[in-house]
Amino acid sequence: MTFKIFILQFSKNKGALIGFLIVAIACVLALLSPIIAPHPPHEIFENAFRLPPFFSEGAHDHFFLGTDDVGRDTLSRLLYGARVSLFVGFLVVTLSASVGIFLGLLAGYFGGRVDWFIMRIVDMLMAFPSILLAIVAVSIMGPGLINTIFAVAIVACPQFIRIVRASVQSEVKKEYVLAARSFGATHLRLMLKEILPNCMAPLIVQISLGFSDGILNAAALGFLGLGAQPPTPEWGTMLADARAFIVSDPWLVTLPGLCILAIVLGFNLLGDGLRDALDPKLQRH
Amino acid sequence: MSFPQNTLRFHWFLPRILLASTLILLSCSLKRRDNQSFIYCSEGSPSSFNPQIFTDGTSNNASSHTIFERLVAFKYGSVEIIPSLAESFDISEDRLTYTFHLRKDVPFHANDRFTPTRLFNSKDVLFSINRMLNKDHPYHKVSGGSYEYFVAMGMNKAIRSLKAPDLHTVVMTLSSPDASFLANLAMPFMSIHSQEYAEALLKNKEQERIDQYPIGTGPFVFKNYSKDSVIRYKVNLDYWGEKPSLKRMAFSITTDASVRFQKLKTMECHFINSPSPADLEAIKREPHLKLEEGFGLNVGYLAMNTEKKPFNNPKVRRAISLALNKKSYIKAIYLDQAIPAKNPLPPTIWSYHDELKELEYNPQKAKALLKEAGLPQGFSAELWTLPVSRPYNPNGKKMGEMMQADLRKVGIDIKLVSYEWPTYLKKTSQGEHQMVQLGWSGDNGDPSNFLNVLLSCDGVTSGSNSARWCHPQFDQLLKDALLTSDIKERTRLYKRAQEIFREELPWVPLAHSKVFRAMNKKVHGYKMDPLGGDIFRTISLKKDSTQ
Amino acid sequence: MKDFFVARLKDLLPTLFGISLISFFIIRMIPGDPVLLLLGERGADPVVYQEMKKELGLDKPMASQYVPYLGNALRGDFGKSIISKREVSEEFWDRFPATLELGLAALFFAAVIGIPLGIISAIKKGSFLDFFFMTTSLVGYSMPIFWWGLILIMIFSVGFGLTPVSGRIDIFYEVPTITGFYLIDTLINPTLLKEEGLAPFFSAIDHLILPALAMGTIPLAVLARMTRSSMLEVLDEDYMRTATAKGLPPFRVIMIHGFRNALIPIITVMGLLFGSIVTGAILTETIFSWPGIGKWLVASINARDYPVIQGGVLFIASLIVFINLSIDFLSKIINPRLRSDDL
Repeated sequence: MTFKIFILQFSKNKGALIGFLIVAIACVLALLSPIIAPHPPHEIFENAFRLPPFFSEGAHDHFFLGTDDVGRDTLSRLLYGARVSLFVGFLVVTLSASVGIFLGLLAGYFGGRVDWFIMRIVDMLMAFPSILLAIVAVSIMGPGLINTIFAVAIVACPQFIRIVRASVQSEVKKEYVLAARSFGATHLRLMLKEILPNCMAPLIVQISLGFSDGILNAAALGFLGLGAQPPTPEWGTMLADARAFIVSDPWLVTLPGLCILAIVLGFNLLGDGLRDALDPKLQRH
Repeated sequence: MSFPQNTLRFHWFLPRILLASTLILLSCSLKRRDNQSFIYCSEGSPSSFNPQIFTDGTSNNASSHTIFERLVAFKYGSVEIIPSLAESFDISEDRLTYTFHLRKDVPFHANDRFTPTRLFNSKDVLFSINRMLNKDHPYHKVSGGSYEYFVAMGMNKAIRSLKAPDLHTVVMTLSSPDASFLANLAMPFMSIHSQEYAEALLKNKEQERIDQYPIGTGPFVFKNYSKDSVIRYKVNLDYWGEKPSLKRMAFSITTDASVRFQKLKTMECHFINSPSPADLEAIKREPHLKLEEGFGLNVGYLAMNTEKKPFNNPKVRRAISLALNKKSYIKAIYLDQAIPAKNPLPPTIWSYHDELKELEYNPQKAKALLKEAGLPQGFSAELWTLPVSRPYNPNGKKMGEMMQADLRKVGIDIKLVSYEWPTYLKKTSQGEHQMVQLGWSGDNGDPSNFLNVLLSCDGVTSGSNSARWCHPQFDQLLKDALLTSDIKERTRLYKRAQEIFREELPWVPLAHSKVFRAMNKKVHGYKMDPLGGDIFRTISLKKDSTQ
Repeated sequence: MKDFFVARLKDLLPTLFGISLISFFIIRMIPGDPVLLLLGERGADPVVYQEMKKELGLDKPMASQYVPYLGNALRGDFGKSIISKREVSEEFWDRFPATLELGLAALFFAAVIGIPLGIISAIKKGSFLDFFFMTTSLVGYSMPIFWWGLILIMIFSVGFGLTPVSGRIDIFYEVPTITGFYLIDTLINPTLLKEEGLAPFFSAIDHLILPALAMGTIPLAVLARMTRSSMLEVLDEDYMRTATAKGLPPFRVIMIHGFRNALIPIITVMGLLFGSIVTGAILTETIFSWPGIGKWLVASINARDYPVIQGGVLFIASLIVFINLSIDFLSKIINPRLRSDDL
């Protein structure tokens, strides 16, 4: 499939375009957050506690989305939060994709015992639901953003391993591989140069979905108090923190939740669109 | 291929049934509750059901004020001392000998494994006090063997002898006159347990049960407890005093203050402890709720472990004091429902030293002090944040974040740490912390109840002095103040002690808060306890006519 | 087919071994001495210290600890909770039915709504309804349920007063455990029925609605999308055309010929969703104070109750392995042509 057809397919899909837009905007906002955020995320404004956002009565011009219970600007914290979330998503995907590609290639290419062994690891990891595995990690290492990333990345590995393995298995018997092998190509060369590029389509889709899963899981851990620790402006942590004010100042809970929903939805739409555009037959859900 | 449109009739069928059945279900189960079942949404799990062991208000509410009674009591709603299990008492001329004449009509509770065969008598008093006093007592070591409160109040040294001439008389001899002795006897840790129950358990080698399945003489009988969720009581039908008008009572443990309010609003509880300051306005607006407000006999503080470096240096402690902007905490955390603290005692208690000036927020001076202390670069430390919401500190974690920001400005790098409440208390009493947020609600109205418990040398041993600060001169003042009952002299001594506290600053006193209780308008007969407890023995539920 | 079962069972052992190793190491990988951590620096009375060490099974060299640990675990002995002093397995079985009841209710809700939505979308492919359902289900799929739960409470409990804020049943109803499911126990307990009638049953339903709704949201979305795609595939098959051509009523064609054949992937997905219930349970139970294993685990983490964490993790992971295995078997029985690699 050429790039042109891909673009054509992709742009026909409204959902995918919306997803792309959300993700792109989030990336821009996250990158530029130090420039566009009106205040530093940790700065406490005395006498500006729990101001409402612009559309409510009593809003302050200075704080577009109001302030939290200790007087920090909500907009700035949300912007920096995009940074944290995308950073988490990026690291999770990088870690899990590299491990997943490596093990998936080995399993699919060599088959036999190697495959069996790797699949048992996959089974084992699949037995730990993401939050449970994170709980294990946190009970050993203690809560924190970096530990969260590791935990969530480990959980995300099996998906990558399975996807890469499956497409390698279907590629490895094809003629071009056999041909390359008869020319005496090394295993490494075969795997990386011949097979892997042909497995890219499902991988790209999984990367996009990996972002959404990673961000959601990290936020859930933050919500449970096991992930990023305050005052890190992580959306899940912010949400958990604001629970006490859900009746009196509901926006403190609503806004971070909406942000999580938006970015996760963005990546999911993008992933769906990519799947349809790259290979209409690949349907996961 | 395409399907004719008329096939699609069916798909509205299912949703309709679903919707209808949901509505029916919801309307069927609107809460119809009688007026004899009372639900209290409490703020945390009790750390034990034996008042001899713990010192926190949550556990008090769950056991001292419901299941147990003492020889003397505080009159409901005041700090006046009245007879209780002791019908009357005589005090000798030299104020060293106290003779208690016990009631003869008090039965103990029963539970599924134990039925009392006799009424309350002096054996029970001896058993209860000896368990704490006597290290060789068969029950001394049960549940840890630490009687923090008893030791911190100096009771182990104060009681020289304890005798029961007959089944209905108990004589206590003190080693020196103690002005606060009677008040101490009225406190939770002096609760009277059943000696007969203890013996029965000992026979079966199940001593630990005494603290898990408590037997007392109070108006409510312990029924069961599911951890972190609910404590159930039934009313004591054989209660010797005025019987409560309730039939049953439950404590619904709800740690989140805003959830407590939500449950009050949806009538899942009748009464809530410490509503979040953020919800006060909303509570006042609700037509079926009422709010009671009182002055708290409390102090919230940040204790610094004076046994650990660099907090052993008073300059460092003063620097931290100056660096913390208390007024901003009062605004953000207490939502102005508190006043800044300058002394360890709250202003509502006699001997409060009002002439001492407030230490004003001054980060520059704090930096200078750190420099003098040889720490110009600052340092890093752990600060433990209160895991529960308390009137003296409604949100420890948030306050921790604000402290972290304040201390960063003077170069002190803070790591915030917290544990579940029982663990937090335990670790603190063992002195594992560097800086720790704590607080105290007075429970007998005497200044010694603050100073001796929280700042005496005995408190270091027992674990209740979380600054682990033992200052000989200060300690002597506290001891002297107990030897006399002349209020003027005691006031002078306590004021001097507060001056020493100010120079040494083992804590940063933070705030004295107002306390609030919110309840359904059906609740009648509740009085705010000046000592901070929630006491429901005289409560009744009535249809509210004003609604 | 027999070979398939044997092969899967053979694969099971190493997986279980790995899981037991992971849980074994939880307590042993904590930096520092876990015994000291639990006792506190000061409270380290040497006798108590040794007792505690023995109780945690840490008194022998690491290599010789594993076998007794595994032996105990196989006999159902997972040690005692440090906080409550009760057996971990006892605490687990106390709470597990609550989680299972909530999980099943959530799945039921997801299936009852999600599958019809999927069928409708498939039949009316490309229509506005299809677009609307699929977009909504993608939003549902992306939902942070810890936030969603809070919003549901704010709307239905606090706003309209329709459902309780938290808990599993009205606080004064004590339901003795028979099956552990309140929806059943409230109906089969004669004393409770005599004293309170059906009120406890309705109270249990009342308490179940919102958490099941919150927890069922993601499975609902997954099921709707899965049903749609597998229905689309089936609708294109020849036998569907034949059935319609034979003049059978369209409703019958869709339900009997279409849906029945689309069911296999749907069942597989439902099984997989069941495994993901644990994740949902941890979050949902925390929000709704639902007394199940999720809330229990989170509380134990906060209390550093290591034996509970260790035992709970081992329990849940083994459970999921067995669930995954049963799904494999079930799918194989439904569709014998399936190769093991497809799973």
